[in-house]
Amino acid sequence: MKLIFEKGKEGRGCEMLPESDVPVTAPSEKFLRKKELRLPQVSETEISRHYTQLMKRTFGVNNGFYPLGSCTMKYNPKVNDDMAKLPGFTEVHPLQPESTVQGCLEVLKKTEEALCEVTGMDAIDFQPAAGAHGEFAGLKLIWAYHQDRKDVKRTKIIVPDSAHGTNPASAAMAGFSVINIPSTKEGYVDLEELRKVVGEDTAGFMLTNPNTIGMFDENILEITRIVHEAGGLNYYDGANLNAIMGIARPGDMGFDVVHLNLHKTFSTPHGGGGPGSGPVGCKEQLIKYLPTPRIINKDGSLTFDSKSEVSIGRVKAFYGNFLVVVRALTYILTLGAEGLRKASENAVINANYMLHLLKDTFDIPFPGPCMHEFVISLEELKKEKGVSALDFAKTMLDYGNHPPTMYFPLIVHEALMVEPTETESIETLKEVAEIYKQIYDRAQKEPEALHLSPVTTVVGRPDEVAAARNPILRYQFK
Amino acid sequence: MGNYVPNTPGEQQEMLKELGVNDIRELFRAVPDQVYLNTPLKLAKGLSEFEVKRRMKQIAAKNTVFSSIFRGAGAYHHYIPSIVTQITSKEEFVTAYTPYQAEISQGILQSIFEYQTMICELTGMDVSNASVYDGATAAAEAVIMCKERKQRKALVSAAIHPQTIETIRTYCMGTDMEMLLIPLKDGRTDLEKLEEMLDSETSCVLLQQPNFFGQLEDCDAVGEILSGTEIKYILSCNPISLGLLKTPAEYGAHIAVGEGQPLGLPLSFGGPYLGFMATTEKLMRRLPGRIVGETKDHKGERTFVLTLQAREQHIRREKASSNICSNQALCAMTAAVYLDAMGQKGLAQAAQLSMSKAHYLAERLCELKEFSLAYEGDFFNEFVTDYQGDVDKLLTGLEERGILGGYPLGAGQLLWCATEMNTREEIDALLEAIKEVLGA
Repeated sequence: MKLIFEKGKEGRGCEMLPESDVPVTAPSEKFLRKKELRLPQVSETEISRHYTQLMKRTFGVNNGFYPLGSCTMKYNPKVNDDMAKLPGFTEVHPLQPESTVQGCLEVLKKTEEALCEVTGMDAIDFQPAAGAHGEFAGLKLIWAYHQDRKDVKRTKIIVPDSAHGTNPASAAMAGFSVINIPSTKEGYVDLEELRKVVGEDTAGFMLTNPNTIGMFDENILEITRIVHEAGGLNYYDGANLNAIMGIARPGDMGFDVVHLNLHKTFSTPHGGGGPGSGPVGCKEQLIKYLPTPRIINKDGSLTFDSKSEVSIGRVKAFYGNFLVVVRALTYILTLGAEGLRKASENAVINANYMLHLLKDTFDIPFPGPCMHEFVISLEELKKEKGVSALDFAKTMLDYGNHPPTMYFPLIVHEALMVEPTETESIETLKEVAEIYKQIYDRAQKEPEALHLSPVTTVVGRPDEVAAARNPILRYQFK
Repeated sequence: MGNYVPNTPGEQQEMLKELGVNDIRELFRAVPDQVYLNTPLKLAKGLSEFEVKRRMKQIAAKNTVFSSIFRGAGAYHHYIPSIVTQITSKEEFVTAYTPYQAEISQGILQSIFEYQTMICELTGMDVSNASVYDGATAAAEAVIMCKERKQRKALVSAAIHPQTIETIRTYCMGTDMEMLLIPLKDGRTDLEKLEEMLDSETSCVLLQQPNFFGQLEDCDAVGEILSGTEIKYILSCNPISLGLLKTPAEYGAHIAVGEGQPLGLPLSFGGPYLGFMATTEKLMRRLPGRIVGETKDHKGERTFVLTLQAREQHIRREKASSNICSNQALCAMTAAVYLDAMGQKGLAQAAQLSMSKAHYLAERLCELKEFSLAYEGDFFNEFVTDYQGDVDKLLTGLEERGILGGYPLGAGQLLWCATEMNTREEIDALLEAIKEVLGA
């Protein structure tokens, strides 16, 4: 389809603003823009239809099953969006006096209290705008803690090889060096390896639990003990928290810092890539290092507090992606304690059920029970029939399904990571399992056909090599 | 209690039975007894949708929505065309994930490609990313992006937004990047001091145009100072101003960043906003964030994909030069629809109106003997006044009259802002209100 720049005509456009009702003050010549500004010249009809066309070329949770592992693509309740559109939230300037923003502060405080209860942490801060940003902030807390104790030789962060790429990347960005440790063949943290690498230079250990294979690490208490005894802190990547809300809490497992993804676990929509929200939480002894300002109760009203001199400072302007927090609070108030637990239980039931439906056909290297997700390996299929995880995933597109996460975790070859979430029905799980089996069958009989998939989508597989080798990153005007 | 689980309790039991599980605890057998919760979380009971709406509306009602806003300081009240909100509420756009599966994500990918093109047009740069978290993090990322093996000093103007300075400080802390502040002179960056501070370890220089105090910096002079050196020139800009004012590229900047909120995003107590980031072709592979590129599918059809992924965390892990997964995609789409609707003329008009209103406001304020302009330089839509009187009393008095006055900077200074939203009538009413408060 055409780009918006290829639509419209010279001189066409919309009228949005009135004539000036005050004398016009023009900028002096020195500051005046000389370069022509080429924006689309389109009517409102054209804009409307353009985006309707784009909408039809987009796949959202409303379109169908979206089992993107570790991304928790659950249904996004519409009431959340409605609440985030209340003028009482959208029309509030971030630098209004505190007495005029008590509602906003209450949203942040209430959500903090609820998430502390869910995670077993003592404080939560909402400044981080996304998961990777939350990791960065959390690792800075660990850095500040050791600095403050003059324990400056602690410069290393230990990360298992099953971790999301953001873990090592965030650690490096926060100024640490990274030690990768292998996992056991069951997908757990290798305790021997962990014992070998911890020591006086250990700043902390990062873990996603349930891990990226969808397993809850049964040695979790031993793991956190080993790190603590070596003088390090434990960091909990909350990407997979959807498995354990109301069932177990990172704070009780020995974790000192956690980040959450409100756009995963707490049902806020992902917007085609954001805005998300990646709040960072911590235990009492780390609160003073959290980003400022903090929100505190004082004489019956909520107020900002920026007193801590050892805070890591800001990680962002203002207070985070506030409207995303509004959505998460709406969700938490709707579900309550019981509903959150039910959500996690059903996420786990659904994942196990789907695994059960698939296990006779597919190679599932870590058979259940799993938590909220599981991993299929197509290594054999690749070897025998030449059908890769990519071919398989692309064929799913022809069946109107969003594929699972591909080629992750890295420790499983030809991996497909499936996270159905609790908001899918048993009929959907059965239907999709049948589709996966049908595709498997086709892979045996006509493997070549799968290399050519998808065939029903608006475009076929893109030439990614050409895209990276000869980058075209903007429209070139004729 | 609201509920988004479709399977009935009966179905859940059946599924467990089929799994050969008697009690759900068996599925969680890896969770040690010591941490398995046998009591409910201490949270309120869930609410129906009807109840939750009432509760949230009660909370929202505790905020004051001012009918008249003369405050900017990093968050700007601009007109948002109806089509912007309509389009960005479409369920597909709202609920999609990052466009990993290009074949079913051409809509999102194309919208980002169009956004990238618009940011390039606004800033005059060659390449834009798909967005970062906000203006402050965009500036911090730009500083980090300029790090060289031997050049690790970032010279940052003290006249940029104070929260941006704080953010850059956090990003540099604990790494081998160092931030040094260039002092102020008459509300602008002291360029003589800047020249003195430059040395062989300087990696970049960052200014904001217009700066935090609303003043227009002599960015041409900075471009001249830095030309012929290897030092990178970063400019943070107000995107609306670029409808009228010189582009970062025209000033000779290597990296343009800024807060995209003025492009169609409501104030929303500070977020979600939009960090934009653009650079030259030469620095393209250092740019962090998601980037969408054009390619072809096997039939030769134009196709868009996430590209230059060799920079990113999921490929390079600890060696990555980009550690951004979720960005502000829907906010970027908002900005793109805003720019479609405004067009070049509309954007220039918004900029011109903002500038004219701010000057009218300044002129009217200075009619009062208590107010005078703090700085003499050119300004765009914000300016600082010195106020001979009790600032708190003045602002409270205005708030009681539904007006959010200038942002207090301390020492009797107020940072005022006007945009196309402030009608002449509203500005005149502000003056009357001030006179009332002064007379009281």
